Amino acid sequence: MTLRRGATPAPTRPRKRKLHMEPFIRLIGSAAPLLRPNIDTDVIIRIERLTSLPRRELGRYALEALRYDAHGRERPDFVLNTRAFREAVTLLADANFGCGSSREGAVWALMEAGIRCVVAPSFGDIFYNNCFQNGLLPIRLPIETIRELGEACAGGRPLEVDLETCRLKTSAGATYRFEIDAVRRESMLNGLDDIGLTLRDDDAIRAWQHADRAVRPWAWSVTGVLA
Amino acid sequence: MSETLLDKLWRAHAVKDLGDGWCLLHIDRQLLHDLSGPPALHSIKARQLELHNPELTFATPDHAVSTEPGRTGLTYAPGGRLWSALREATAATGVNFFDLGRRGQGIVHVMAPELGIVLPGLTVVCGDSHTCTNGGLGAIAFGIGTSESAHVLATQTLRIQKPKQMRIWCDGTLQLGITAKDLALHILGKLGAAAGAGYAIEFAGPAVDALEVEARLTLCNLSVELGARFGIVAPDERTIDYVRGRAYAPRGDEFEAAAASWRTLNTDASAVFDREERLDVSLVSPTVTWGTSPEHAIAIGDTIPDPEAMTLSDAERLALRSALQYMGLEPGQRIEGTPVDRVFIGSCTNARLSDLKLAADVVRGRHVARNVTAWVVPGSEMVKRDAEALGLDVAFREAGFSWREPGCSMCVAANGEQVAPGQRCVSTSNRNFVGRQGPGARTHLASPAVAAATALAGFITAEIAAVATGSVDDPASRGDAGAYSAA
Repeated sequence: MTLRRGATPAPTRPRKRKLHMEPFIRLIGSAAPLLRPNIDTDVIIRIERLTSLPRRELGRYALEALRYDAHGRERPDFVLNTRAFREAVTLLADANFGCGSSREGAVWALMEAGIRCVVAPSFGDIFYNNCFQNGLLPIRLPIETIRELGEACAGGRPLEVDLETCRLKTSAGATYRFEIDAVRRESMLNGLDDIGLTLRDDDAIRAWQHADRAVRPWAWSVTGVLA
Repeated sequence: MSETLLDKLWRAHAVKDLGDGWCLLHIDRQLLHDLSGPPALHSIKARQLELHNPELTFATPDHAVSTEPGRTGLTYAPGGRLWSALREATAATGVNFFDLGRRGQGIVHVMAPELGIVLPGLTVVCGDSHTCTNGGLGAIAFGIGTSESAHVLATQTLRIQKPKQMRIWCDGTLQLGITAKDLALHILGKLGAAAGAGYAIEFAGPAVDALEVEARLTLCNLSVELGARFGIVAPDERTIDYVRGRAYAPRGDEFEAAAASWRTLNTDASAVFDREERLDVSLVSPTVTWGTSPEHAIAIGDTIPDPEAMTLSDAERLALRSALQYMGLEPGQRIEGTPVDRVFIGSCTNARLSDLKLAADVVRGRHVARNVTAWVVPGSEMVKRDAEALGLDVAFREAGFSWREPGCSMCVAANGEQVAPGQRCVSTSNRNFVGRQGPGARTHLASPAVAAATALAGFITAEIAAVATGSVDDPASRGDAGAYSAA
């Protein structure tokens, strides 16, 4: 299956329950190099865009400070503005991608801009979690491998990302294995909904709370007195 | 088996082992603000779910509300929509809400500790990365996204893997006039902005024990700038004294029982961390950032680094060059003496009463330089009222500062309060990212003392010695205004 920009992959497995997240199985498309460390979530999406725009309109403002000049014109030399990478579905990034603010809008903006996978040596922890909540696949690989991928994907040559086999495949046929937590992988493949899963354990949660009220009554004493 | 503080708290909050290192962790408190609260509450409503424990959930508008004197929720119109959405959704669901003008309103990470909503040993989340601030009280406190926030609203738990653990052990004594902010920036400069990725950081050692609680909140606030979702300081008698009598804290016998359990919250002597760092805090001097990552931190007496003269990868060199260009600075230049346009004293990092006292002591009886616009934005309604009772507002106003209403303001610039393109701002906040304080804004992070001194001088300076002769973290010098008074 080939995923085009903005397309939703059809799941190859039976759906277990109502989906609240786009599943991720396999993706093929161009992979844009954005090799500088510490791309933060403020750079990925400005806070003002989140206060004023609905999610579906965030795509054109993803990486705004890098994509446009002060007059709102595209910077021709920025990678996502080049012909080869305008339709990129994967970002090849450097260390600490998505550091900074917890704004889930950073993930939404990238996805609305067509990005479904980011490969980086490391990620901001909250951004990394937010990716899995939405079906954007974050892959950790050493920077040397990412540079190799950048060369293999030069000119917009496609990269295949396969979550079922946990492999990346370049157009020249080279493959790279990546590691991903088994639980997260399963959720991504199926578009599983965490809330529904957890509410099955609600009896356990309520039993824990009941017991905790006896052990830590002070933690439940939340009636404030504000003079 | 010996355990760290985090191990003990994690174990105590584990509702269920989910296998493969995953755990269903009980969340004792959730904080909501006007930016992350409405979408999370909305998704619960859209899915026809109930809030699991609204009484454990506390909301206040801070991000997108104006801080202009005389403001209402609608003064900044785009934020007005978020403010009213938060107000309506919390009223409909029974969530505690602290509205503008009311005691309790403020930046979430300022109001939650001051109200005793956050207590030692609790698990605390908020859709805000600086939730780690609250770890300064000895809580497991961390930032989450909107989806996770909705998960906590619906289940009062999170599905989570335990982080790796790092300890930063601080020996020595901070020099006079050096604050927790300088210490945190110094650590960032040494370890880098990704050092803590995947980790929870425990700050410990005699120099941390010597910090006042508000200074510990500042130190933990900057954990996330090190890449760590969690920062924590073990609670001690200082913490217990801080919490006692707060509005939402337990009272009487219940408080004493809680305090007894808090006294057991510490890391065992033989506990092992995944990574250990040590530092001598007596080597920390007034510190400021020059670039566009909090790791671009240098002593004010130092020169701006030259990427061409350093051993770096191409990507790192490019990042430093871009930062220099964005900031309009030359490598090799001294950072001290760089002229500034704006000074911002505020944010969840440095807008508590002790921060404002320190800055007021620097500026009292003097005046902001011509061409500098200087603001003080108190962290909360209670900080504002307490500061006014001490006359700090008068000291700031007479020195030429604007004294504003509580909120996040120019730290995150989500409320229309921005630094203009190309303007240079010394800010007591936590992020100097490209565009953070507005498109093209140039941010230098610093302590309240350095920010205040810079406002007076009109350029970046650490010339606070003449006015700040007492260590701000030395309890002996606290409350002794004479020790700080102008020479």
